Amino acid sequence: MSVALLLSVFVVASCGLAYELVAGALSSYLLGDSVTQFSTIIGTYLFAMGIGSYLSRFVVKGLVARFIQVELLVGLIGGFSAALLFVIFAWVAGPFKLVLYGLVLLTGILVGLEIPLVMRILKQHYGLKDLVSQVLTFDYLGALAVSLAFPLLLAPHLGLIRTSLLFGLMNALVAAWAIWLFRNQLAGLKALAVQCLLVSALLLSGLLGADKLTSMAEESLYADEIIYTETTPYQRIVLTRWKDDIRLFLNGNLQFSSRDEYRYHEALVHPALQAVQHPRRVLVLGGGDGLAVREILRYPEIEHITLVDLDPHMTALFMRLPMLRALNQDALRSPKLSIVNDDAFLWLDKNHDFYDFIVVDFPDPTNYMLGKLYTNTFYRLLEKRLSQHGLAVIQATSPLYARQSFWCIDQTVRSVGLKTAPYHALVPSFGEWGYIIASHQPYTPSEHYRPELRFVSPSLNSVLFQFPLDMAPVETEINRLNNQALVHYYESEWKHQAP
Amino acid sequence: MNRRDFLLSLAASTCLSGCQPASPHLPAGSILGPSMERGHRLRGRDFPAPSETRKTDVVIVGGGIAGLSAAWKLNKSGFGDFQLFELEDSAGGNARSGQNAVSAYPWGAHYLPLPGVNARETRELLADLGVLQGDPHAAAPVYDERYLCFAPQERLYRNGLWQEGLLPQIGATRRDQEQYRRFFALLEQFRQHHGTDGLRAFAIPAARSSRDADLMALDSISIRNYLLQQRLDSPLLHWYVNYGCRDDYGSDYAKVSAWAGLHYFASRDGRAANAESDQVLTWPEGNDWLVRQMQKGFSERIASGALVQRMAETGSCVEVDVFLVHENRSVRWQADQVIFAAPMFVLPHAFEGLDANLKQACQQVRYAPWLVANLTLDDLPDPGHGAPLSWDNVLYDSPALGYVNATHQSLRSHGGPTVLTYYRALSSEPERYARQRLFDTPRNVWAENILQDLSRPHPDIRGKVRQLDIFRWGHAMSMPVPGWIWSAARERLMQGQGRLHLAHSDLSGFSIFEEANYWGVRAAGNVLHRLGFKPGR
Repeated sequence: MSVALLLSVFVVASCGLAYELVAGALSSYLLGDSVTQFSTIIGTYLFAMGIGSYLSRFVVKGLVARFIQVELLVGLIGGFSAALLFVIFAWVAGPFKLVLYGLVLLTGILVGLEIPLVMRILKQHYGLKDLVSQVLTFDYLGALAVSLAFPLLLAPHLGLIRTSLLFGLMNALVAAWAIWLFRNQLAGLKALAVQCLLVSALLLSGLLGADKLTSMAEESLYADEIIYTETTPYQRIVLTRWKDDIRLFLNGNLQFSSRDEYRYHEALVHPALQAVQHPRRVLVLGGGDGLAVREILRYPEIEHITLVDLDPHMTALFMRLPMLRALNQDALRSPKLSIVNDDAFLWLDKNHDFYDFIVVDFPDPTNYMLGKLYTNTFYRLLEKRLSQHGLAVIQATSPLYARQSFWCIDQTVRSVGLKTAPYHALVPSFGEWGYIIASHQPYTPSEHYRPELRFVSPSLNSVLFQFPLDMAPVETEINRLNNQALVHYYESEWKHQAP
Repeated sequence: MNRRDFLLSLAASTCLSGCQPASPHLPAGSILGPSMERGHRLRGRDFPAPSETRKTDVVIVGGGIAGLSAAWKLNKSGFGDFQLFELEDSAGGNARSGQNAVSAYPWGAHYLPLPGVNARETRELLADLGVLQGDPHAAAPVYDERYLCFAPQERLYRNGLWQEGLLPQIGATRRDQEQYRRFFALLEQFRQHHGTDGLRAFAIPAARSSRDADLMALDSISIRNYLLQQRLDSPLLHWYVNYGCRDDYGSDYAKVSAWAGLHYFASRDGRAANAESDQVLTWPEGNDWLVRQMQKGFSERIASGALVQRMAETGSCVEVDVFLVHENRSVRWQADQVIFAAPMFVLPHAFEGLDANLKQACQQVRYAPWLVANLTLDDLPDPGHGAPLSWDNVLYDSPALGYVNATHQSLRSHGGPTVLTYYRALSSEPERYARQRLFDTPRNVWAENILQDLSRPHPDIRGKVRQLDIFRWGHAMSMPVPGWIWSAARERLMQGQGRLHLAHSDLSGFSIFEEANYWGVRAAGNVLHRLGFKPGR
C-alpha cells in the first residue's frame, strides 16, 4: 500500500507541475513576454501551495476521503483550466488575467494540500525521517518527469488543452486508485466512487470531444426548432421554424426570416428596378433562395433572368421543399430563369453579356474569400457587364452596426467610375440594413411603384436615401484584393457592435 | 537554429540508412528535376559529329530568366537574328512550373517584389507585359491588381498559433522588441545611405550599389557575426534573419556575407500607387507567368531539348555545337556573338580555350541544393488557430521554409481543392553532402518527412493530400558566401571573353529575378553595341 501511495505522490507531483507549466505557456502564448508570465505564474503557484500546506492542518477527520476529494477537485479544475482560459480569451474577451491567476491560485492551494495529506496518511507506515525522504524524492521525480515531457512531447503533440485534460484524468485515476486501496476503511465509499466516476467522465469526454466542443456550441445558437440541416461542400444550411416564422441560416448566419424578408427583398429590388427604362435582361448574383427573383418576376417586361449561385444544393432546396416554394412563389421554376451554379467572380470574369439590372446579394464579408466579392476588381467586372442605362444594386451590410464597412463598399464602387446611390431600410430581424445602387448614369428614384408591394412606396423614397447622423458617410480605404480593407472594418465593427 | 537544424538533419540521415517511412499510406507522386543525364553528358563528351552548319548573329545559351531577358531585349530592339538554346524541354530555368486539373503551380521562383527605381530593366519588362501600368519609371507606379498578392500575404506558425507577418510577435519579449527596433532602424539607415560615389548602399541590381570600401568590407564577415557585433542576439531576430537568408539565398545565415544579408533587408525600395511597399507580384504558376509572357514575342527562336555541348572561338566567329536531344544529332552554329546564360559551373565543360582566370572564377561559384514539393489537396487545409490561410505560410520550427498556396491568386470566393508548394533549402550542411542526400533519399522518405512537418500545423493534411510530387534542384542558386560578392573572381565573370558574354544571376552572387534580368538585358545591349546595331530602327 505504501508503495502505491508513493507512486501516487509521483503522479500528483507531475500533475501539479503540469498545470503550472500549462498556465505559464498559455499566458506567454497569449500575452507575450514569457519571462514575466512564467515568473509571476510560478510565484503565484508556489505561494498558493504554501496556503494549501497551511490549510492542511484544518483537515482533521477522514484524511483519506479528503485526499480523494482534493484529487478530484484538482483534476477537474486543473484539467479544464486550459480549455477555460482559451474560451475566455478567444470568445468571451473576458477578464483573462483575473481568471488566469484565480485558477493558478486555486490549483496551487489544492496541490499544496495534497502532499501534507499524503504524508499524514503514510505516517503509520514510516518513521518521520524516511517519510520525508521518500515522499519528497517521489515529489521531485514527478516534477522532473513532467518538466522534460512537457516541452518535448506534450505541448507539441497534444497541445495545451488536451495536455491539461490528460493530467486531470491522471488526478482522477489517483483518486480512483486510493478509493480501491482504502475501500475497507472508507466511510461514504459509494458517494466518493460516484464523484470519481463523474469527474473522470467529464474529463474523458473533454479529452475525446475537444474538437466537437465548437460544433456543440453552434447547435445551441439556434433559438428555434431546427427543421432542416444539410452540409454541402460549400456551406452548412440550417432551417428553423417557430410558429409561422421560417429562418434560413448559412454557416450560422441568418439569411432571412420569413416574417420580414419581404422588407429586405422589396428594398433590394424595387428602388432600382422600377427606375430602369425597359429592363429586359437581369442578372442575380447570389440569392439562391429565389426571393429576389420573386420580386423581379413582378415586372412582365423582363425577358430573361440569370441567377448565379455557387451552391447547387441551395437552389435545389428552394425548388424542392413546399414551404420554401410557397415563400419564393416558385420563382426558381420560372421559364424566364436560368440557374448557373458557379462561383460568381469566376463566372463574371468569363461572361460577355450585358444586363439592364444586376442584383449583387452576397453573404456579408466575414472572411477573405467572401471579401473578394466586394473588391474594386469585382466591381470593375460588374461595371463592364452593366448596360449603359442599367442599374445594379448591392447588398452592403448595415450602415448602423458596420458604418465603415458600408461606406467602404460605397467608396470602392465609386472608385471604378460608377455613380452610387446608397440607401437603407429597416428589416426588424436584421436591424437597419444598407444597399447601394450603382450605375453609369445618375440615378433618380421612381415616382411610382407596383401597387401590390407591402413595404416600398413613393413616400418611402425620402426616408430610404436620407442618412441620419449616426449612419452618415465616413472616409474609408478602397477595398482591394491586396488589402481586403473591408474584411478588417467588418470584423472590428461587428465584434464590438453586434446587436 | 543551427544546432537544431544540424540535429534534425542528423536524425533525417540516420533515418535514411535504417528505417522505412512510418506510414505506409503515402500519396501518389513522382520525382522530377533538371535532366541530370543531359547535363552529365557534357562530361563524357560523347556526341555525334555536327551533321549541318548554320549561321546566326547571336546565340543565347540557356533559357532561364537571364537568357530570356537577353532575347527579350534583342527582340524589343528590333534585332531578330538570334537563336536561344535550352537544355530542358521548356524554358524558364528556376521559374518553371507545373499544372494539373486543380491549378498551375510553381516548381521554383514564385514571386517578384515590387521593383524599385534602380531596377529599370525589370520595370520596363513589367510595363511591356502590362503588369505595370503607365510610366515604368514613376516613383510609385500602378500595378495590375490581379497580380499583386491578395491579402493576407503571409503568416507564421509558432507555438501552435498562426500570426500575421513573418517577424515573430506572439511571445516576443520586450528585449526582442527592442532589438527588432534597433535592427530595423539600422536597416533604415542603410536604406537611406548613399556612398561617396552617390550610389545607394544596397541597390537592386547589386551592380548599382555603392563601392565605398566601408560598405564592401561588410562582405568579409557573415551576417550572423555582424548581428552579434551589433549586440543583436535576440533568438527571434536571429531566426528572422536566418529565415530571410535561407529563403532568398538557400543558405544558412552563418554562411551568408553581411553585405548580402543586409542587401536582402535594406535594398528593397519598390513602391506602388495601389499597394503597400512590402507587397509582391505573384501568379498561381509563379514566375513562369512572366516567362511565358516574355517568350511570346520570339518563341520561334527558342529551341528546347538543345544541349550546347561545345563552344570554341575561331578567328571570325564562335562555333557552337548544339546536340538536339530528341533528334539525336548535332548542329554546328556559327555565331558572331554568344551570350552564355546558363549556370557558370557549366561553362568550363562547354567552352574550349577558356581564359584560366575565368575558368577558375566559374569553378568558385558555390550552389545551394533545394527541394521543392507540390502537394495537391482535395480541400484547403483546416486554417488552424490565429491568422487565416495566407499566400505564404511559414513554419518557425521547421527545416523547411513553409508553403505557398497556388490558388491564393484565384478569383474564386470559396474553398475547394488546391496545390501547396513546399520549399526547403538544404542549408544545414555543406552543399556537397546536402546534394548527395537530396539525390540519395527516395521519394517516399521525402514525402513522409514533408507530411510530418506539415502535420504539425495541419493535423488534417494527410487525409487531404492526393498527390505529392518532388522536384530536386541540385544546383538551385549561387550562394553569397562571405568574401564572394566583392571578390576579383566575381568581377572577372562580369567581363566575359572576346565574343563570349556572360549573363546570369551567378554574376551577382545571389539568385533573384531582377539580377538575372539585369545581366540578360545588359549582355544584349553589349552584343548590339559590338554588332554596331542601332536599337529602335
